Amino acid sequence: MTELLYLASAVLFILGLKQLSGPRTARRGNTVAAAGMLLAVIVTMVDGDIVSWGTIVAGLVFGTVVGAVLALRIQMTAMPQLVAAFNGFGGLASAVVALAEIEHVGIALPGETAVTVVLSLAIGTITFTGSFVAFGKLQGIVTGRPVGFPGGHLVNAALLAGIAALGVAAVLGDTAAWYWLVVAVAAGLGVLAVLPIGGADMPVVISLLNSLSGVAASMAGFVINNSALIIGGALVGAAGLILTLQMAEAMNRSIANVLFSRFGGGGGPSADTGDKPVNRATPDDVAIALAYAGRVVVVPGYGLAVAQAQHAVRELATALEERDVEVGYAIHPVAGRMPGHMNVLLAEADVPYEQLFDLDQSNPKFPQTDVVLIIGANDVVNPSARDDASSPIYGMPILDVDKARTVVVVKRSLSPGFAGIDNPLFYEDNTMMLFADGKAAVESIIGALDDV
Amino acid sequence: MSPEFIAGIVVFVLAAFVGFEVISKVPPTLHTPLMSGANAISGITIVGAIIAAGFAEGNAATVLGFIAVTAATINVVGGFLVTDRMLEMFKRKPARREERNAP
Repeated sequence: MTELLYLASAVLFILGLKQLSGPRTARRGNTVAAAGMLLAVIVTMVDGDIVSWGTIVAGLVFGTVVGAVLALRIQMTAMPQLVAAFNGFGGLASAVVALAEIEHVGIALPGETAVTVVLSLAIGTITFTGSFVAFGKLQGIVTGRPVGFPGGHLVNAALLAGIAALGVAAVLGDTAAWYWLVVAVAAGLGVLAVLPIGGADMPVVISLLNSLSGVAASMAGFVINNSALIIGGALVGAAGLILTLQMAEAMNRSIANVLFSRFGGGGGPSADTGDKPVNRATPDDVAIALAYAGRVVVVPGYGLAVAQAQHAVRELATALEERDVEVGYAIHPVAGRMPGHMNVLLAEADVPYEQLFDLDQSNPKFPQTDVVLIIGANDVVNPSARDDASSPIYGMPILDVDKARTVVVVKRSLSPGFAGIDNPLFYEDNTMMLFADGKAAVESIIGALDDV
Repeated sequence: MSPEFIAGIVVFVLAAFVGFEVISKVPPTLHTPLMSGANAISGITIVGAIIAAGFAEGNAATVLGFIAVTAATINVVGGFLVTDRMLEMFKRKPARREERNAP
C-alpha cells in the first residue's frame, strides 16, 4: 500500500511538472507537485517504523521556518542565489541520508547498495559545496571572476579519479572511513569545479547543479530502496539537464567548454578602445528619439537587474505608450543570472507577458524598429559574435539590434562585458551612448520626456 | 544484483525519459519558476531524511537525522513557496491589463 501511495505522489510530480511548463497552468502545477510532496511525507510518517519523533519534528519545524522566511523575503533579483542555496540544501540532505544509512545498517551492505551510497555521497556533496560557491558568487561574497590556477582542471580530474578510487575502496573495504573520505574529496571538488566559472556562465552552472541535486536524490532512493525518491530525483535530473543544454546552446558553447574554459568574468584582455569616437547622448537626446519613434524595443541585461531599474523601465514604457509608441522587450536566453530570470524581473514590474519576445521572435523585427534601448546588456548585442570569426564569442546567437534605425545604449562606462570583449556596436554612427547608472538614466529620460 | 535494485534501475530510466518528454518544450518565461519548482521536487529526499531520523539511535545518528530533515525541509518548503510567489506575479498580469483597457 505504501508503495502505491508513493506512486501516487510520483504521478502528482509528473502532472505538476507538466503543468509548470504551460503559462496558464503553471501555478496550479506547482501546487499539485507540492501536494505530491505532502502525500509522500505523510505516508512516510505513518508507515516508516519511526521510533524517535523528536528529531523529525524539530527538523521539520526549523526547516519550514528557515525555508519560508527565505522564500517570502527574497528580492526577485536575488532569485538565482536563492535557487542555488535551496539546491545546495537538497544535495546536503541526499548525502546525509546516505551517511545515516551507513551509521544505521553498518558497512556490511550488498555491493550494489554500497555503490549507490558512494554515488549519493559524492553527487550530493558536490551539489552541496558547488551550489554554495555559486551562491557566494551570485551574492557577491565570492568574486564573480573566474578563480583558477594553472593546472586547475588537472587537479579537478585527479579529484574525480580520487573519488572513484575511494569509492571502490569503500565498496570493497571494511571500514566506514573510506565513505567519509569520499565526502571530503567530493566537497573539495564541488568548490574547485565552480570557482573557475565566470559570472556570465552562471545560468548553465545553476541548471547543471539543479540536475545533479535530482540525481543525488535518486541515488539516495536506491540506498534506502524507495521509489518516490528514485522517480522524483530522475524527473528533476532530466529536467535540469534539458535546461542546461538549452542554456549552453544559447551561448553557442558546450557544457564541457563552460565548465573547463575559465571564460567570462572580465578576466580577458580588454581591447584597445581608447581612441575610437562614440556618440555621447544626454537624457534629452534619448527622450526626443523615443518620443518620435513608432516602435521601441527595450533590451534588458543583467545590469538592469543590478540597478533595480525594472520598475523605472516599466514607467518609461507606459509614458511612451501614452504617446502611441509601440513598446516591446527583447530578451536573450542568458539575459539574467539563471534561465528566464529577466522574465521574472519584468513580471515583477508588471510588464505584460505579451510584450516579452525571445530571440527568435525579436530578430526579424529589428529592421522595422525605430529605437532600441539597451540597458545593462553587452555581450548579447555584440555584432562581432555574428560578423567577426576571430572573436571569442563568435557564433553565439545575439540580438541583431544594430539593424534598428537608432540604438541607445545605457551603460556606466565603455568597459567590456563579462566576456571581456570590446563591442563594435558602441562605435556605430547610429548608436547613442548614455553613460549612467541604469535606473538613474531611465528616470532622467522619463523626466526629459515630459518636456518633449 | 537483487530484483529490487534492478526494478529501481528500470524505474529510474523510465522516469528520466518521462522528465525529458514533459519538460522539452517550455517557453523561456517559465524557465526560472520551472527550475525552482523542479528544485523543490528534488527535495523528495525529505522522505529518506525522515526515515533516517526516525530510526535514530545514539548521538551521531540523531545529528545526521536532524541535518537531513532540516536541509530537505528548507529545500521543499522554500522551493514551493518561492515558485508560487513568482508564478503569482505572472498570473495577475492579464487581469490588470483588462482593467486598464476598460473604459
